[in-house]
Amino acid sequence: MTYQPVRRLRTRREAPIRGSGGGAPGSGGGGLGEPPAGTRTRTLPYSVLVAALVIALAAAGIAGLAWGSVKIPPGDVLHILTGKADPSPYRTIVLDVRLPRVLLGAAVGAGLAVVGTTLQALVRNPLADPFLLGISSGASAAAVSVIVLGVGAGLATTVTIPAASFVGAFLALLLVYTLAREPGGGFTTSRLILAGVAVSYVLAALTSLILVVSARADHLKEVLYWTLGGLGSARWDSLALPLVVLALGTGLLLALARPLDLLLVGEEGATVLGLNTARFRAAVFALASLVTGVLVAQSGAIGFVGLMVPHAARMLVGAAHRALLPVAALMGAVFLVLADLAARTVAAPQDIPVGVLTALTGGPFFLWLLRRDRARQEEAA
Amino acid sequence: MTGRTAPTTKGATEPTTKGATEPTTKGATEPTTKGATEPAEASAAEAAHAAAEAAQAAVAAEPLLRTAGLTYTTPAGRRLVDAVSLTVSAGETVGLVGPNGSGKTTLLRCVYGALAPTGGQVFLDGADLAGASAKARARRIATVPQDGQAGFELTVRQIVAMGRSPHKRFWEADTAADEELVRGALARVGAADLAGRSFARLSGGERQRVLTARALVQEPTVLVLDEPTNHLDIRYQLEILALVRDLGTANLLALHDLTLAAYYCDRLYVLDAGRVVASGPPGDVLTAELLAEVYGVAAEVAVHPVTGAPTVTYLPPGRA
Repeated sequence: MTYQPVRRLRTRREAPIRGSGGGAPGSGGGGLGEPPAGTRTRTLPYSVLVAALVIALAAAGIAGLAWGSVKIPPGDVLHILTGKADPSPYRTIVLDVRLPRVLLGAAVGAGLAVVGTTLQALVRNPLADPFLLGISSGASAAAVSVIVLGVGAGLATTVTIPAASFVGAFLALLLVYTLAREPGGGFTTSRLILAGVAVSYVLAALTSLILVVSARADHLKEVLYWTLGGLGSARWDSLALPLVVLALGTGLLLALARPLDLLLVGEEGATVLGLNTARFRAAVFALASLVTGVLVAQSGAIGFVGLMVPHAARMLVGAAHRALLPVAALMGAVFLVLADLAARTVAAPQDIPVGVLTALTGGPFFLWLLRRDRARQEEAA
Repeated sequence: MTGRTAPTTKGATEPTTKGATEPTTKGATEPTTKGATEPAEASAAEAAHAAAEAAQAAVAAEPLLRTAGLTYTTPAGRRLVDAVSLTVSAGETVGLVGPNGSGKTTLLRCVYGALAPTGGQVFLDGADLAGASAKARARRIATVPQDGQAGFELTVRQIVAMGRSPHKRFWEADTAADEELVRGALARVGAADLAGRSFARLSGGERQRVLTARALVQEPTVLVLDEPTNHLDIRYQLEILALVRDLGTANLLALHDLTLAAYYCDRLYVLDAGRVVASGPPGDVLTAELLAEVYGVAAEVAVHPVTGAPTVTYLPPGRA
């Protein structure tokens, strides 16, 4: 499907006061046939939007490399990146400390946004998010069990932790899905959130229990980190897996843009348009769990990115996934790189877990969405 | 895809030109070319040819859509559809009438694949649909689902373009030809000016027309419509029904309005408590006795002087 922005979101069609480039003045904006030329030019062409987001990501990345407890001039950062300033004293900080962290932030932000977008289509509810649905908690709980209980000891933790996170994410998602699904196959907002919250709490309690039982002080900080979410653990050698899984997952979901769109028109609508909804849902759930699990294994449970970013992206490009997924991924990457930058600098040299910051912005956003949803339902009734 | 070109002429021309072995499942073009290229191949093929021709005769008699003893029982044990057997031929418009709860919607959902029947079969071109994939079914049968949901902001154009999905691979993008189909379908239902609007913000009648356009874009051979005139102004009711008739598809429609059903349908099936209680041309089926029995109302049925179709006038209780 081609890029078709929903014009309502950018221009108020009922108020054509300013002459819109000479296009059908006074027609009320809702004229026959093709829309007045003016309404279209006010939305960005898709390629321009994507280019702008790529530039924004590059700028955010350079800012992320330059700022922190030690401030490095952006010019030096560019020189170090291009290899022109070999003897620079900042080389190690930029290349070995900050670059992997910025890359991980971009990957996790993009991944959470893509998974959030997908989950919202799967359960046909705009309040779905890997964190709210308990998937991130499932991944964290499984990862913590591996660390504390020493499950799979002897194998490399670069394998066991992501694998455990994936399994934990998938089981949590399955549980929430089963609990929230109505007999008819739908998902009401309240059931979905209640199920997600319940599963999250149980899993968080489980994580705490594991910690208490293990009773080792050095685990405390690590577990706190899993539950709050942060990017401090970024290392070059643990970066390959998240990047590969993110690229594959996003590519695959992009290829599935058409059936994802079909899910938006409802179970029966998708079926009569030729989609085997049960099989497709199961496959995409597995894919979403895989991406979430692998990312959470690196970053802990960072909340609300997968809720906020898809909404912002939809406002820009509409709900069709072929256009939506790349924009959501880029916006998620920019958002988390900047959020992590703030987390490192707001209380420097203290490194605030970035999940705390995203929750601070995401909580109010969530409440706003809930209120808007209710207002719409009342309007419709 | 092949079935879309001219379903009306299909019944007339196909059986004579076809000479191939499996005319039931594949479209029209393939068998025709086979028959043309290899008729004089070998005498050994003669016997097979004769057998194929015999099968052909059977196929010619086979209606495009047929249900045999179709039954649906809910998990709780309520039998909503009870051994319904009906047929719809290419180019024919068949109406399903009956009071609320008589099983019309359930029957249609079994036909278009939203429900798996608990008994009996649905045949398309003589092939049992039970084994068909959702996609294969959607290439032949289109419908307008009643729960047309739109939780997210999709444009009308995007919603209608979804009708191309059964003909596409998952990752395939829409072509210029697809966009042309979408434009044409929207124009046919009088919704061309809605193309850029958000589907979620349309009125019920506008949605109904848009979803009908989506069914057209599917290029089906069978159209199964549940109350296609729901929410529509009278003008659009007449236009949509006339449009559906003109498509040349095999149409199975559930209709509330008996007068509309009588005028637009070639045959009617009357359902009551999940069973077919009467069937045939509207003039034979719609009688005062039947309406009294099935609907529990007093009515007068007369042939309308202008349309020539039966017209139902309901009489208030105590007036009959």
